Amino acid sequence: MNPKRKSRLYLAVFLLIAVSGTTATLMVALEQNINMFYPPEEVVNGTAPLDHIIRAGGMVRDGTVQRDPDSLEVQFTITDYNGSDFVVSYTGILPDLFREGQGILVEGKLHSDGMFLAHEVLAKHDENYMPPELMDLAAEIQERN
Amino acid sequence: MIAEIGQLSLALAACLALAAGATGMFSQAPGLRLLRQSTTSMVVGQFVFVSFAFVALVWSFATDDFSVAYVANHSNSLLPLPYKISATWGGHEGSFLLWILIMSGWMLALASRRANYPERFFGRVLGIMSLLNLGFICFSLFTSNPFARMIPMTPADGADLNPLLQDFGLIVHPPLLYAGYVGLAVPFAFAIAAMLERRVDAAWARWSRPWTNIAWAFLTVGVALGSWWAYYELGWGGWWFWDPVENASFMPWLAATALIHSLAVTEKRGTFKSWTLLLAIAGFSLSLIGAFIVRSGVLTSVHAFAVDPERGKFILLFLAFVVGGSLILYGLRAGGQRADVGFKIFSREFFVLTNNVVLVVALAVVMWGTLAPIGYEAISGARISIGKPFFNMFFVPLMLVLGAALGLVPVLNWKRTAWQNIKSAVTLLLPVAVLLASLGFYLTEPKSAAVLAALVVAMWVITTHTVDIWRRSRSGRLPPLAYWGMTLAHLGFAVSVIGIAITSTQSIEEDVRMEPQQVVQLGKAEVRFLGVRTVQGPNYQAQQGIFIVTSASGETFELRPEKRRYLAGGNVMTEAGIQAGFFADTYISLGEPLSDDAWAVRLHYKPLVRWIWFGALMMGFGGGLAVLDKRYRRLRTRHDKPALNATAKQSTA
Repeated sequence: MNPKRKSRLYLAVFLLIAVSGTTATLMVALEQNINMFYPPEEVVNGTAPLDHIIRAGGMVRDGTVQRDPDSLEVQFTITDYNGSDFVVSYTGILPDLFREGQGILVEGKLHSDGMFLAHEVLAKHDENYMPPELMDLAAEIQERN
Repeated sequence: MIAEIGQLSLALAACLALAAGATGMFSQAPGLRLLRQSTTSMVVGQFVFVSFAFVALVWSFATDDFSVAYVANHSNSLLPLPYKISATWGGHEGSFLLWILIMSGWMLALASRRANYPERFFGRVLGIMSLLNLGFICFSLFTSNPFARMIPMTPADGADLNPLLQDFGLIVHPPLLYAGYVGLAVPFAFAIAAMLERRVDAAWARWSRPWTNIAWAFLTVGVALGSWWAYYELGWGGWWFWDPVENASFMPWLAATALIHSLAVTEKRGTFKSWTLLLAIAGFSLSLIGAFIVRSGVLTSVHAFAVDPERGKFILLFLAFVVGGSLILYGLRAGGQRADVGFKIFSREFFVLTNNVVLVVALAVVMWGTLAPIGYEAISGARISIGKPFFNMFFVPLMLVLGAALGLVPVLNWKRTAWQNIKSAVTLLLPVAVLLASLGFYLTEPKSAAVLAALVVAMWVITTHTVDIWRRSRSGRLPPLAYWGMTLAHLGFAVSVIGIAITSTQSIEEDVRMEPQQVVQLGKAEVRFLGVRTVQGPNYQAQQGIFIVTSASGETFELRPEKRRYLAGGNVMTEAGIQAGFFADTYISLGEPLSDDAWAVRLHYKPLVRWIWFGALMMGFGGGLAVLDKRYRRLRTRHDKPALNATAKQSTA
């Protein structure tokens, strides 16, 4: 093989290995970092996996927000106003636009006793904005009423 | 009336863009000289009419004309005047008009330098830019008209600007960022024109370089400003969230960074031509994809504008047309550009190649992480989000490789470098870099291998570049501005790496419940909460917390974070109290009131956080400095002469 072809072959092999290596790593990394979204119904009926980082969302049920008097722990109930409710426990500061009766997203793990332990609570960013994950749910609720 | 004038001006600009597109692209015959030259005047005309339109919209904001729907939705009579003006680009329609204004501005700047380029080639460039501008203006007029009226349903007052946007950051961030986004249309147009004219050569690369550099500089500063704005205005102390819209601005930045390096090789060595063309196409295409992501509502984001499927369709079509068309042209014309210029592993060429490979892999990672949720939903219907660790997992090693390679750059020559030079640089300077890094590492707590690696890489870059500056200035002749620009940008990279490594590992964050007079320890500092009082702002009412911080060195200062309620929309917003410092920031934000005067409070201690943006500014200024180099000004005399053009053309044929 002449030297030019040889170096070209090396380059091709190198590129092939680099590209497939990167792709494989990407796939694995993606697999580990995907957070699926589950509506309240799937959280309650057991479709959502336990002890996995997932996202869930729905409306905060009126009158369910309870603060612990001595710490930053807070509990509230998320509902789809259609019979599926679950309780979220979160320690920390809630976002500015967190209100009762509004749509929110929580990220965290579902515990076997049905409690959702959130490490992040996301609310809308302004009055007009709705997280896309909640759009279907909000439309459904509006239809029912 | 003013709004109608604005709309009319925009329509006239569209007509001019269409005409300039036609004359620029299709008047190549020798007898059509006059027609060709009219392109320039029509480019000036586009700028003038777009400016009229923009001023008309600003005027509608300044005079509270709430019969204009866009004004009614994004302003309020209580809004202070500077924010009324910046509210012009606070929403989808107006920000797109700003985009068009900046596009026309770039075309005007190009037109003012027309003497530097051969006439036919330059006609094509302006023609391509005009056609792109036509697409943008049509998008504005047909799917997102900022001048639409609400008559007779005119509201008495406006709905107010989102309080997050009532800020200095919004005044400067979008114009700079758009200058970068749209500026990438210039190298794109140069690349397309070069392919059409079959002159993909070193001269083309030299013409492209200053425009690409300056667009890149704007983009760099724009992205950095966005990060800084998120840091102080979102109120929770993060400076990068891997949010889809941040990614949308980061992807063209990565492509443009690869492009400015690859262009250098194409100019100096006449190689990497096809690759450079592809990067030029990719850079601008990614800007458009960014616009699509932000404006079509396909993704969850802080920045997402209101959703309208029509807009998404229009941008997607436009995108398909621009990307598809340019890639087809690339397929037809980019082949046969092979230049058999050999180079060894220790050469600038190979290191630019490394830079490009790393940046493109980084780009692939960001793109994958940003677009995967869309693809996943389209296929399975389920909604997913991608966690931040995904991005960090790749970026840490990638940027370390990039920095390690960057450190050798001052030693490298084109084509090949004597092994002796490499060896002496590594044996002399690497120990110095490691020593400096260890000194810094000694101060860190907690210690981690990643921080040590980042510090070594950053110190390695700083050491080799500083020694190079010293070596060159000792030789008596001052190096050209392009050299200073490059060196400043490379040092900026190192500064950012240090900032990122230290801030992400050494920061202290505490969410605590605080009662008045309570003292909390934040690292080595003490924070005392005095209480909360009510203050009145121009268009909001705030609960203002008062905190006294005593730092480790005994210095005392006061921070006053606020919880604001805006009167017009009833929006609540957290305004952090920040004591900014070169070495560390102390950052306090108020959460919510708890029982008996107690508040939920978030306390941050963020060492070297400013270095992240300071480094980015250095990169941006470096890019700007390189453009001022004499070699780009000399173009004028070189290409005025028709004889020289003829020879240049022959050599490419």
